[in-house]
Amino acid sequence: MDQIRESLLKTSIATKRERFGRSITMAALILIAVIVVSIFYFIASKGLSTFFVDKINVWEFLSGKTWNPGTTDAHGKQEVGALPMIVGSFLITVLSAIIATPFAIGTAVFMTEISPKHGARILQPVIELLVGIPSVVYGFIGLTVIVPLQRHIFGGSGFGVLAGTVVLFVMILPTVTSMTVDTLRSVPQYYRESALAIGATRWQAIYKVILRAATPGILTAIVFGMARAFGEALAVQMVVGNAPILPTNLTSPAATLTSILTQGIGNTVMGSMQNDVLWTLALILLFMSLVFNIIIRVIGKKGELK
Amino acid sequence: MADSILTTENVRLYYGDKEALHGFDLDFPEKGITALIGPSGSGKSTYIRAINRMHDLTEGVTVTGNFMFKGNNIYAPTTDTVELRKQIGMVFQQPNPFPFSIYDNVAFGLRIAGKTKKVELDEIVEKSLKQAAIWDEVKDVLHKSALSLSGGQQQRVSIARTLAVSPDILLLDEPTSALDPVSSHKIEETLMNIRNDYTIIIVTHNMSQASRISDRTAFFMDGNLIEVSPTTQLFTDPKEKQTQDYITGRFG
Ligand SMILES: Nc1ncnc2c1ncn2[C@@H]1O[C@H](COP(=O)(O)OP(=O)(O)OP(=O)(O)O)[C@@H](O)[C@H]1O
Ligand SMILES: [Mg+2]
Repeated sequence: MDQIRESLLKTSIATKRERFGRSITMAALILIAVIVVSIFYFIASKGLSTFFVDKINVWEFLSGKTWNPGTTDAHGKQEVGALPMIVGSFLITVLSAIIATPFAIGTAVFMTEISPKHGARILQPVIELLVGIPSVVYGFIGLTVIVPLQRHIFGGSGFGVLAGTVVLFVMILPTVTSMTVDTLRSVPQYYRESALAIGATRWQAIYKVILRAATPGILTAIVFGMARAFGEALAVQMVVGNAPILPTNLTSPAATLTSILTQGIGNTVMGSMQNDVLWTLALILLFMSLVFNIIIRVIGKKGELK
Repeated sequence: MADSILTTENVRLYYGDKEALHGFDLDFPEKGITALIGPSGSGKSTYIRAINRMHDLTEGVTVTGNFMFKGNNIYAPTTDTVELRKQIGMVFQQPNPFPFSIYDNVAFGLRIAGKTKKVELDEIVEKSLKQAAIWDEVKDVLHKSALSLSGGQQQRVSIARTLAVSPDILLLDEPTSALDPVSSHKIEETLMNIRNDYTIIIVTHNMSQASRISDRTAFFMDGNLIEVSPTTQLFTDPKEKQTQDYITGRFG
């Protein structure tokens, strides 16, 4: 009797181990949370000082069309209009996603539905390889191939929205494709079978059942690709021209939030207004990546809601 | 049998090199219910999937023998599997409506066959859901997702979906084994409902279900057809000792 009681009251080794394990995971969690919060705080405090310390009007910042921090216009206002970059970022992101989507779906359908064998043996490793290529390589190829090509065909400098779009399209294609492949693979086999079992052709089974069942997953893949495109800096910077002017057509040079950021951040002094406005661009980027995240979550929720 | 809608002779099926069905004959008269029973792994699913050529989807499966549906060779190279499967429909073990509305599920087979007139679709959808004995439960929620229904209701929607294309033969592979007794009972009612209009072939592990609903029962074991008899006879006075042993629970 006493022995049982004793063993019940004493903390067992297993319990001690569990406590130990739990405190380690807790510590890791807290550390990460602290890091994330401080990043947010840092960017927000820097980014917002444009408005609070340097007294720049939020609306003028977001809608202004000239970007020339440090110089003032005729009214004595700082020329810090971020609209060209905001437009540039969105334009290039959306265009590259629009082009990438049909290619990604086509490739994924081929890999999962039409020729799973070749898909698994040849295309899968190729795509995994492409996902792993550093963005600077894509940018470099863009610079040496796409830009001259654009210059050759459309004239001008060759740098611009189109070149940026093409580079980003190639860059996000493998990501979007492999996520679409995963989604299609997760569509239950019985959807295929039961579609065929009531007289659907293979093609009808694919586009009327499988793609429809996979739509939330495919949308997630696209938004994920857009998030990546939006945040990509290096490759875009190399081909887009970095001219902070509102793009008037697809071949005109443009700039994105990221390209201006990477270009300018080393050339400004911490705490100066020129530096603060770059942090504000970073804040916009952070905000947008949050938005992309939320969109992905909402789509995911919708998808599982059955 | 002269009035058979489906005859299968010398049925052999190989998964790779492994022979899973060992050469037997089985015929099905038009209309009525035939139950296929037998221990796990005896080849029941393998056999009914051969009837509408579902094995075509799996690599490495070889089917030999003579499969005749209304006088047409099912495995002739010229046979259009899409047409074939419209006439020999199949319902699976897991209730598996598509992630669409109930209405779109049942209309699916019609739409892919090119029927788009709303009046016509409405009519067939209603008729099929009635045949599947689920109309009363879903008539007000036809545009809700079929996945919001219970498992038993989903299975009846799956049956309605198959009935909508009005096949001649309905293959069901353990349609109730994933369901509770009440839902199973409803499915049985459904089948009794349509037994005079369709030739129904149902695989079941539930022997009382087989004896309740079927006209004929076929007993499978180890890839062989041991015997096929009128259901009452098979369960009361089987011809073969193996059948006797199985139905009295001595193995399987
Ligand atoms: N895809 C496959 N590849 C290889 N062998 C298979 C495959 N499917 C089934 N088999 C084998 O074929 C035999 C018959 O299987 P089948 O699924 O037809 O049995 P069943 O009578 O339907 O059994 P259950 O009652 O458990 O559903 C088994 O030995 C099984 O292992
Ligand atoms: Mg089976």
